[in-house]
Amino acid sequence: METPSYNYAIVRSFIAWSILWGVVAVLVGVLISFQLVLPDLNLAPYLTYGRLRPLHTNAGIYGWGIGSFFALFFFMVQRLCRTPLWSSGLAKFQLYLFNATIIAAAVTLLLGYTTSKEYHELEWPVDIMVVILWVVFAINIIMTVVKRREEQMYISIWYMLAALVGVAVLYLVNAAEVPVSLFKSYSAYAGTNDANVQWWFGHNAVAMVLTAPPLAVFYYFLPKSTGVPIYSHRISIIAFWSLIFMYLWTGAHHLLWTPVPDWVQTLGMAFSVMLIAPSWGSVFNGYLSMNGQWHQMRENYLVKFLILGITFYGLQTLQGPSQAVRTFSAFIHYTEWVPGHVHMGAMGWVSMILFAAIYYLAPRLYGRELYSIPLANLHFWLVLIGQLIYSISMWIAGLQQAGMWHALNNDGSLTYTFMEVLVEMYPYWWIRAAGGVIYLAGVLVFIYNLVQTARSGKPAADAVAA
Amino acid sequence: MWEKKPVLFLLLATAAILVGTIITMVLPFAWVNTEGDRIATVTPYTPLQQAGRDVYIREGCNNCHTQTVRPLVADVLRYGEYSKSGEFVYDRPHLWGSRRTGPDLARLGGKYPDAWHYQHMAAPVSMIPKSNMPAYAFLKDNQLDPGYIRKCMDVLGFPYTEAEISALNGKTEMDAMVAYMQKLGTGIPKAAAAAVIGDLKNPFPKDATAIRAGEQLFAQNCAACHGEHGDGGIGPELEPESYQDAELFQMIYSGITDNGMPAFSALGSTKVWQLVNYVNYRKEH
Repeated sequence: METPSYNYAIVRSFIAWSILWGVVAVLVGVLISFQLVLPDLNLAPYLTYGRLRPLHTNAGIYGWGIGSFFALFFFMVQRLCRTPLWSSGLAKFQLYLFNATIIAAAVTLLLGYTTSKEYHELEWPVDIMVVILWVVFAINIIMTVVKRREEQMYISIWYMLAALVGVAVLYLVNAAEVPVSLFKSYSAYAGTNDANVQWWFGHNAVAMVLTAPPLAVFYYFLPKSTGVPIYSHRISIIAFWSLIFMYLWTGAHHLLWTPVPDWVQTLGMAFSVMLIAPSWGSVFNGYLSMNGQWHQMRENYLVKFLILGITFYGLQTLQGPSQAVRTFSAFIHYTEWVPGHVHMGAMGWVSMILFAAIYYLAPRLYGRELYSIPLANLHFWLVLIGQLIYSISMWIAGLQQAGMWHALNNDGSLTYTFMEVLVEMYPYWWIRAAGGVIYLAGVLVFIYNLVQTARSGKPAADAVAA
Repeated sequence: MWEKKPVLFLLLATAAILVGTIITMVLPFAWVNTEGDRIATVTPYTPLQQAGRDVYIREGCNNCHTQTVRPLVADVLRYGEYSKSGEFVYDRPHLWGSRRTGPDLARLGGKYPDAWHYQHMAAPVSMIPKSNMPAYAFLKDNQLDPGYIRKCMDVLGFPYTEAEISALNGKTEMDAMVAYMQKLGTGIPKAAAAAVIGDLKNPFPKDATAIRAGEQLFAQNCAACHGEHGDGGIGPELEPESYQDAELFQMIYSGITDNGMPAFSALGSTKVWQLVNYVNYRKEH
């Protein structure tokens, strides 16, 4: 059979850059985790926690997350459609624009140009760069799908296309702002409306950037890694449609007990609980695809990353809905519990899946066998342990913090002042910082392994290289 | 069928996404920030306050501080009256935040005197020894740009006078920040101070244990303004037995609104009595 000439060069480039931005994200994360315990590490004005934290989240979500998804979507769409990328030139342009955007984001955030909206801090000129980037990307993916030579669109393509539409709608609506100068604008919405739009965006950025794309990757790379197909096509269909339908109702669970109308909060809460079903649909589909293949958890390091990743997705989508219930939210919202939750998703679920996909691609991109499987295993254990230390210490910290914040004396007064609670957090913040350092070490092992693969790995068998 | 038709698929996916979007994001605009939400006493920011708000945004204060008090017992006791939608109609963007590494600031206005804020902003640990807040002393060195702030006010459509704009000359970002801090949450009348019911009788007069406990509480809550040994600073010097126990209790418990003394009712009456005993009956060094 004739093999189309797939464009792997662009995949390789996006992966290299996304890893670079991923390291930036983790490094800045480690720095700001130390700033919380050693406030003298805040070097005003440019390197304070308030300016660095958005840089950490943007580098993580947009640099590492989206950068890798660009790479993996370009790979998957060509293979699943059995056709080369619609436009290599456009993809090349996208690579340059992507890096220009991330650099512009980093510089402007450090200079204090920010809209203040979480995960959408970039000011309007950088917003425009992001929009162009997304349009260019969407056109390339959609046109490749339209020109495909495989009639059936595989599950991964559904999640990819949904992400393209979802991000476009979310980003444009939340970006509505009135410029004052080149780097300052005011939101088009005010107060409670602004908050409700922002968290409709904020939570669905989680859906369309940190759920749909990694699911697309999971559904492609799990069968590729194990050699057996996904357990149930029907579960995939139900899980996909119910997921993208229900997610958009849930933003207000970030705003429980705020002045947002109660009925919006209640809908947010109800749909968040209902989301357990489609989320676990994918988790079960993954687990059941392992029927008779569980021995691969010992033998195949790719499977280890993928199955741990989907397990953290499962835990994340149980913990998330529980936090979305009014009573539990009243207790743990605004505490350290929440970063513990978020980082299980970011470091456990999304990053584990991305690591697996990149390892799978390495021999195909570099034409060489992976330099060292033991190092890949070391990477696995370091990031797993680092992330568990991070999340578990923050959950415990959050519970203690919440308990102390809410504690009352017999005469009805508060038992603890704010500072009495804050000082109790210091030991946990030290532990969290240590977890971050271990995670960083894992990421550095990953990079070393990839660099050695590209430079001196054994030439891969032809079949793999093709 | 849809699995083989990308255009149809994109239309269906868009429709699926839009249902929840329209109901939970678009529809609330019909209720929120309308007449029903309106609070007559809530006013737009002055040029100085808005300039401070823009500094707050630039420095990313919202990464550690929330600005919305929930209708929960502990929230209301700690921060004050719970937040109302109508209080935020001039907030573009909103700054409710998502994490309380530092305390909520929705009701900060009027809680401390200006002098407290100037010192705390420049060197947080000088006021709150174990604080992990970064120091923002550099705000004192940045002059405001009245022309630019006028433009901001025009874009926001907030009223201002020429006098307010020219008054910005010579003011710094620190002045603006403090003005903004003092505006926060003052759009609704301050809730009446917690009433003290019954006879105010010192439950442990001159008791050594109470004095020792009071000494610790004083170091944590009072020393920043009244000096380590009550020698005065931002607040006045505190001579032992200057006031009756009951009188002193009232001042600490309910605060003295007009001269910047915050209320410490959140400590509970036992701790306030311990403070009274320390202030009135401590052995002076």
